[in-house]
Amino acid sequence: MSQSVSLLQGAKTIFTRDIRLAVRNRGDMVNPLIFFVLVASLFPLGVGPDPKLLTIMGGGVIWVSALLANLLAMDSLFRSDYEDGSLELLLLSPQPLWVMVMAKVVVHWLITGLPLTLLSPVLAVMFDVPGEAIPAVFLTLLMGTPLLSLIGAIGAGLTVGLRKGGILLSLLILPLYIPVLILGTGCIGAAISELPWVPFLMWQGALLMLGITFAPLAIAASLRVSISG
Amino acid sequence: MASPKWFYEFSGKCLPWVGGLALIGVLTGIIWGLLFTPPDYLQGNSYRIIFLHVPSASLALTVYVSLAISAGIGFIWKIKLADLAAKCLAPIGASFCALALVTGAIWGKPTWGTWWVWDARLTSMLILLFLYLGLIALREAITSQDTAARACAVLSMVGLVNIPIIKFSVDWWNTLHQGATIKVTKGASMAPEMLIPLLISIFAFYLFCLFVFLIRLRTEIVSREQRTSWVRGMLGVRS
Repeated sequence: MSQSVSLLQGAKTIFTRDIRLAVRNRGDMVNPLIFFVLVASLFPLGVGPDPKLLTIMGGGVIWVSALLANLLAMDSLFRSDYEDGSLELLLLSPQPLWVMVMAKVVVHWLITGLPLTLLSPVLAVMFDVPGEAIPAVFLTLLMGTPLLSLIGAIGAGLTVGLRKGGILLSLLILPLYIPVLILGTGCIGAAISELPWVPFLMWQGALLMLGITFAPLAIAASLRVSISG
Repeated sequence: MASPKWFYEFSGKCLPWVGGLALIGVLTGIIWGLLFTPPDYLQGNSYRIIFLHVPSASLALTVYVSLAISAGIGFIWKIKLADLAAKCLAPIGASFCALALVTGAIWGKPTWGTWWVWDARLTSMLILLFLYLGLIALREAITSQDTAARACAVLSMVGLVNIPIIKFSVDWWNTLHQGATIKVTKGASMAPEMLIPLLISIFAFYLFCLFVFLIRLRTEIVSREQRTSWVRGMLGVRS
């Protein structure tokens, strides 16, 4: 091969390929979203339709549902690439693995985290969250879901080679999601009680920066362990 | 130095000493704590569970840090002994974590009037237990020992970065739990007649943990090295 592919070109190729795959398998994209709405709507059925109660719970329920929906979608992040062998090619490619992996995680967020975030105001209204707090719901999910994708991808990388990876993945990853959850619901709670909620967003942003810096390296390491081991 | 054979022989010599000291220490600490310390003016006798609770809680954290460090050493420098150590530490840490939670619940009932509150320390301890269980489950799920060790190393290092963040975020909830009593910098806000048996008990639990760890590690070494000539020679297997 005389022609070499630059770093950006490589990342862009992965990016467009994954986007195209997602668009062509719409189920993968829509199912977590349906799951998100479904889980959230189970809560009023479970605890009763009292609007006051729902307002208090709303932020937490939306966040927990988002977390579970994200987890559900996480298992498929590397699975099909692993099964058809393209993950091995990705590992063998001369471009640094963490850049390639980052492209995949970005696509994963675009097809699960982002739609979920866009849908969240609707759910917030259904849970009787006051109008002033709805921006908080939206922004905190916008800031938090990329972090969920980044952390989840580490677990997905570790479990990709295992046949029963799904349940194991949740066991590994859910404890690590807890800070994101606490900050997210804290933010919504503060907005509902008309307290300053922007600091929570800043903390989430700080964690996101930390995640962007370190998670790709951990994801790359976990993939190498799963494939070459 | 890190050769399994050398370590096996060396730890064999240390084992009775560590075990003996741990036994004496646990007996001293617990008997002193349970029988000879004065009752607390506020909590009466129920506080005496502290002599079990605090050492277990402290060990649960220490073991995780040692686990992550040895897993990291095994991952980076490919030292087999460090991998084995990380493997042996996970169930020990999980047990101490569970013990800390159970003794905490038993202590909470007379003191706070409830077995469980969603207080910051309890919650972060529970999450730590989940992290331990996740590590054990991951190791069980992967059949190749080598891959399992490396996968667990990645997970435990990620966990190590996360623990302060989890701790910090969980602390944001308002808490019922009293603040830390023993502070290295400020001296203890505890009567010396309670503090001394507590310190003995903490020290003895660390020794006990080391003892259990050494036994597990030695078993693991023999099982992993069963085909080598020194193990076969030791066990008297003729090849």
